[in-house]
Amino acid sequence: MPKKITIEPVTRVEGHGKVTIMLDDFGNVHDTRLHIVEFRGFERFVQGRPYWEAPVLVQRLCGICPVSHHLAAAKALDVIVGAGTGHGLTAVGDKMRRLMHYGQFFQSHVLHFFHLSSPDFLFGIDGDPALRNIIGVAQANRDLAVQGVMMRKYGQEIIAKTAGKKIHGTGAIPGGINKNLSIAERDELLNGPDPLNADKMVEWSVAALEFFKDYHRNNKAMVDTFAAYPSNHLSMVREDGAFDIYHGVLRAVDNDGKRILNDVDYQDYDKYIEEEVRSWSYMKFPYLKDLGTEKGWYRVGPLARLNVCDFIPSPLAQKEFEEFRAYTNGKPNGMSLHYHWARLIEVLHCAEMIRDLLNDPDLQNEDLVVKGEKKHKGVGVIEAPRGTLFHHYEINDDDQIVKANLIVSTTNNNEPMNTAVNLTAKSFMNGQKEITEPMMNAVEVAIRAYDPCLSCATHALGKMPLEVTLVNAKNEVIDQKNK
Amino acid sequence: MNNTIKFEIDGKIIEAEKGQTIVEAAQANGIYIPTLCNFSGVKPKGCCRMCTIKINNKFMTACTTPVADGMEVENNTEEITDIRKSIIELLFVSGNHFCPACEKSGNCELQALAYRYQMMVPRFPFLFPQKGVDASSPKIVKDQNRCISCKRCIKTIEDEKGRKYFAYKNRGNKLEVVLDEEMAKTMTDEIAQLAMENCPVGSILRKEIGYIQPIGTRKYDKKPIGSEIEV
Repeated sequence: MPKKITIEPVTRVEGHGKVTIMLDDFGNVHDTRLHIVEFRGFERFVQGRPYWEAPVLVQRLCGICPVSHHLAAAKALDVIVGAGTGHGLTAVGDKMRRLMHYGQFFQSHVLHFFHLSSPDFLFGIDGDPALRNIIGVAQANRDLAVQGVMMRKYGQEIIAKTAGKKIHGTGAIPGGINKNLSIAERDELLNGPDPLNADKMVEWSVAALEFFKDYHRNNKAMVDTFAAYPSNHLSMVREDGAFDIYHGVLRAVDNDGKRILNDVDYQDYDKYIEEEVRSWSYMKFPYLKDLGTEKGWYRVGPLARLNVCDFIPSPLAQKEFEEFRAYTNGKPNGMSLHYHWARLIEVLHCAEMIRDLLNDPDLQNEDLVVKGEKKHKGVGVIEAPRGTLFHHYEINDDDQIVKANLIVSTTNNNEPMNTAVNLTAKSFMNGQKEITEPMMNAVEVAIRAYDPCLSCATHALGKMPLEVTLVNAKNEVIDQKNK
Repeated sequence: MNNTIKFEIDGKIIEAEKGQTIVEAAQANGIYIPTLCNFSGVKPKGCCRMCTIKINNKFMTACTTPVADGMEVENNTEEITDIRKSIIELLFVSGNHFCPACEKSGNCELQALAYRYQMMVPRFPFLFPQKGVDASSPKIVKDQNRCISCKRCIKTIEDEKGRKYFAYKNRGNKLEVVLDEEMAKTMTDEIAQLAMENCPVGSILRKEIGYIQPIGTRKYDKKPIGSEIEV
């Protein structure tokens, strides 16, 4: 008898989603879906508001990485106030925003790795669910848990000093920023009491990366085959091909590394990217127009960024990047669990960049804002922790927003996550007589690798109940399990 | 003739000058009585009721009541505090006040009063009225969602000939404070700035300067409203 399995909610991810897995008469998976069941509506209710409100209003989408929305919106408004498309800001404007972004990236990635994912590595995908959480990590490996908490705190402190507060600040304004970094603030971040200083963060980032690489060495077959599949990859890169999460051009490569989007200006993103709507999810499915819905979907986020860029402009991360690329002989890496590897290389890069920036005297400059001839349309793109983030605003003559379009990072990863769910469900559940908790967690591990922010909301501790329902073809519940 | 008047606020003997209102006398003696519609230099009307006090067991508004010998004023009591809190809550539910994205946040008197009186969730249902935003003038955005009809802009913002920039329009629950279209065309940055500063909420905003003041430097970021008066 055909069965439908529902995993709702998916745990240890940001936001609320559910998975349905349809089994056929022989117990084989014939279809899977990751449903995003929240509806937000920000694009609609920002309409009519004065344009300068957007960076502060729209960042409320998210409690984990609001800085990404804050900066993407501010970048779009830079265009509208005539401050250029990324290079028009003053040195202090550009660098304060970058510092904010690196701090944000650092804390978000750390949160994901230590709080949400490390339990799977420490206790195994089939580990005891009672232990498989951050509290279990703290009990089993105190040092690891402390590093996670303190690294996240450090990132949050950077945000507080650049945006005014740790969550939902106001630092970026159209054309620049509203504050520079005082010497006292700089010294606190650069040489703060152990462990909250820039050198320690670099050291701990290296250690976190080693932790994962060690896990990889010991579980090579699993890590390299788990939800591994070929795909396109899209990311923003600096004009010279360098890894850059704040500004650059859009580039996409296919599974062989061939360019399918060649360093285009993101102001024209809508010439290249389109979104498909499917009835069973509130999340759209973006794809490259030229390739169509079937072949045009792509991955974003850490794995995609490292597949797309040519090099990383910081020495320690570059060394790790070379090792990462060599692992697949320079070809794009399609292994879902390698997202963690890529993510931790990015953590290291951010720690290095933070240290460099804090030593940059431009951060104490006073020329905070520039403006030029006003325009009616602006697009801002940023690499958010979870992937490429698009903000597009249009205004009327009265300075009110008349149109807003957001393509958030997780949306870009919609098709990839669905593919990962499908592969994992088939691999773990096909022909099994009983669906067990570890099988369901395996599906969640696949989703978790992408660090989705399903609502751009917070459920950081992941202690929500997981409910699995088996229903027959008539939709009658025949079995139900909770964990 | 002796112009000094003696009366009590919460049992404390206060000396005031004849002709002073209770709000003024309290301020001069380091006692905070919250106000919203009341504004320095403008004749008080007592329309918002924020300064409600009890005098000889009768509710009065402190901004309109002159001091008198022997008055016994209750100000900082549980009963009065709850009345004031309920007034703040009524103001919140009767408009659309979304502090998280409001650029007046940190400088807003209504928000500051809500913090001071520890408003968590209003006891009244939100009305979610349909209100508009008038951004048609070159200098100012008038957001009706946040207007509390205190009249401070109507009374204080005028040109050199004494002509008012703001006026009431409609009546009852359709009452709105609107900006004169013709005068708005010639409004200077200075007048626009003054209008924004005199507005106790985020209803009058100067265009294109939102969020320019960093968090931590805003009026009520560090100390609650009224602490500048209290000793």
